[in-house]
Amino acid sequence: MDDFRAQVEGQRAYLLRYATLQLRDRHAAEDAVQETLLAALDGETGFAGRSNLRTWLTGILKHKIIDAIRRASREATLLPPEPDTSEFDALFDATGHWAEPPAAWPEPDASLEQKQFFAALEACLAKLPAKTAQAFMLREHMGFETGDICKELGVTATHCWVLLYRARMALRECLQASWFRK
Amino acid sequence: MLTCKEASRLVSQGLDRRLGFGKRLRLRVHLAICDGCSNFRKQMDFLHKAVARLKERT
Repeated sequence: MDDFRAQVEGQRAYLLRYATLQLRDRHAAEDAVQETLLAALDGETGFAGRSNLRTWLTGILKHKIIDAIRRASREATLLPPEPDTSEFDALFDATGHWAEPPAAWPEPDASLEQKQFFAALEACLAKLPAKTAQAFMLREHMGFETGDICKELGVTATHCWVLLYRARMALRECLQASWFRK
Repeated sequence: MLTCKEASRLVSQGLDRRLGFGKRLRLRVHLAICDGCSNFRKQMDFLHKAVARLKERT
């Protein structure tokens, strides 16, 4: 029992990192992790070594994260209002062509082998507005369907696509500047 | 003819839902002749891959 408790506790740092990436709010992330650890210790029999402990805990955490996002979009306290999309107008000229056409990124796959690349990626993610980041992470990190994301975030399908587009455009710009700069 | 602005938006949407036949066709035509958007598309695929790896790593 105490051994199990210690093992579960040993995953706390990992879970907190995971939750912080998703929720973008340290306190909300700590709450979600705390709830996860309590649920895990309560449901020890539910684990029974059937799967990897970390995988099992992450599964519980995902539900807690969804709960937190749901609560937040109901209360709308975590999420500041979003800016409009005119931010990207500067990237295109009046005829809708790239002001500065994207250049090919040199050896992108080599970047995936580098620790520093992921630090740069995380830094770029941290710069996204909260709701934009949540939509993007729900989609790309947790693999939810767009329809479910819209529902969780309480936005229309069109708004959802705009959020995802905005996230991808901003991440591209950010990685271009911070990592793939010439 | 799609503009790059429209094409970039369709590339992004195409990652989240199946585009209608007309849009897919117009996007394919645009990508075939536009290096900027074609690079953009590759970068979006890369971003997807990178975020998946982030999951493995964290």
